[in-house]
Amino acid sequence: MSASDPIMDRPDERIDRLITLPFAKSLEISFKSLRVRFFRSMITISSLVLAVSFLAFVLVNLDVASGLLQQGGAKAARTLLAAGYDVNLEQGVVAMSAKERWIVILSLLVCTVGIINAQLMSVTERFSEIGVMKCLGALDSMIVRLFMLEAAMQGLVGAVAGAVLGCIFSLLAGWIRFGAQAVGYVSLADVFGSVGIAVLAGCILSLVGVLYPALLAARMAPINAIRAEH
Amino acid sequence: MSEDKRTIVRVIGVTKTFTMGKMEVQALKGVDLEIFSGEYVSIMGPSGSGKSTLFNMIGGLDKPSDGKVFIDEVDISQLDAYELAWLRNRKIGYIFQTFNLIPVMTALENVTLPMTFAGMNADDAQDKGIELLKLVGLGDRFQHKPLELSGGQQQRVAVARSLANDPSIILADEPTGNLDLSTGEEIIELLQMLSSERGVTIISATHDYKMLNVSDRVVWVRDGMVDRVERREELDISIGGIGEKLTGHRLNGDGA
Repeated sequence: MSASDPIMDRPDERIDRLITLPFAKSLEISFKSLRVRFFRSMITISSLVLAVSFLAFVLVNLDVASGLLQQGGAKAARTLLAAGYDVNLEQGVVAMSAKERWIVILSLLVCTVGIINAQLMSVTERFSEIGVMKCLGALDSMIVRLFMLEAAMQGLVGAVAGAVLGCIFSLLAGWIRFGAQAVGYVSLADVFGSVGIAVLAGCILSLVGVLYPALLAARMAPINAIRAEH
Repeated sequence: MSEDKRTIVRVIGVTKTFTMGKMEVQALKGVDLEIFSGEYVSIMGPSGSGKSTLFNMIGGLDKPSDGKVFIDEVDISQLDAYELAWLRNRKIGYIFQTFNLIPVMTALENVTLPMTFAGMNADDAQDKGIELLKLVGLGDRFQHKPLELSGGQQQRVAVARSLANDPSIILADEPTGNLDLSTGEEIIELLQMLSSERGVTIISATHDYKMLNVSDRVVWVRDGMVDRVERREELDISIGGIGEKLTGHRLNGDGA
């Protein structure tokens, strides 16, 4: 920018010379947008809850089986084999079968696609809102930030809910199948680890799903956005 | 009524061609225009004359295919995204036909949004926002969401919002298009008050001939070019004359 740029020469003590959107304010705007579109957010979150709960279920299942194996020895190994687990007695570990791994990956992929779809819809129906914000001076990066914060909040809520649900179901299933010792033998640290992994996976999926729609929203020219008929 | 005739918007040789599929449509065929600080200018013309396109050029919402637009003697095509955002935030206020308020925010939040972008702290922004809403006559409605406001009230909020950062130019695209007669008149009165009391330059693109009474100058656009520019004293406000100017052809059976 040149030194004597007439456009930039408007001193005013109360405002900066820059365009800013404080983080706290973006958080507030994103939260309010979600709250107003509560029902739509619930639908987006529910697919995440299902996929993450499945992941947590599978992971905690393995933890339950590992716990059983470590405490129960050979007898437990036979019970587990009969139940369909992939047991390695010498090393004392229970692994996820390849089939199970594929099913989990697939469910997470389907969930991501669903999130991308829901976020695309959300961006499209807010075309004119985004255009107006740009006319008011919003930078592209601010628009992206607003969408990503929304996705992060949805992701956190959905992932935590899903992980906790999946963990509870898994422990229940273990109790029913192997008796109370299943829940007693399981290592708490392992369970926390599994729940943590599931929550992290859910958050990452939510953010990945919003990336493309958010970039689309940011690149929109304000005039097209304002004139958009939908 | 402006003592200094400083040019705030300068349009030089602007053309705009749209490509619709295989067809090329020339919306603007070479427009030259100068708008002075503190003026109230109305851009008028029939549909398809290019007045909205010209309006978008002036407001920095669209780039010309050829020619230049200068706002305060700065070529806006040379500005990067950051500077353009700064321009839209500080220098220009927009008013639209469809109001375009953000539905999830209250009236006060809508008005203070540009101030937030400008970095004003929340308390100052709130005070100024309420002051502006009082100015447009909505001092007791600041907690309402756009859904809870009538069309005229929404447009007033939009007017208050356009004043958020004390812009030098207000661009109004068909501000009375979605309003009934009396509400439209109120908005025009409001805009006139802004022009005379605050010295803001107002540029509006409109079909509404009620706007003619308050405009300092009127730019008639026809077929992508400026047909004529008239000052208020020169305007011929008779029914037949207006009809011809607005629709582009004579009303008395002469064909066109």
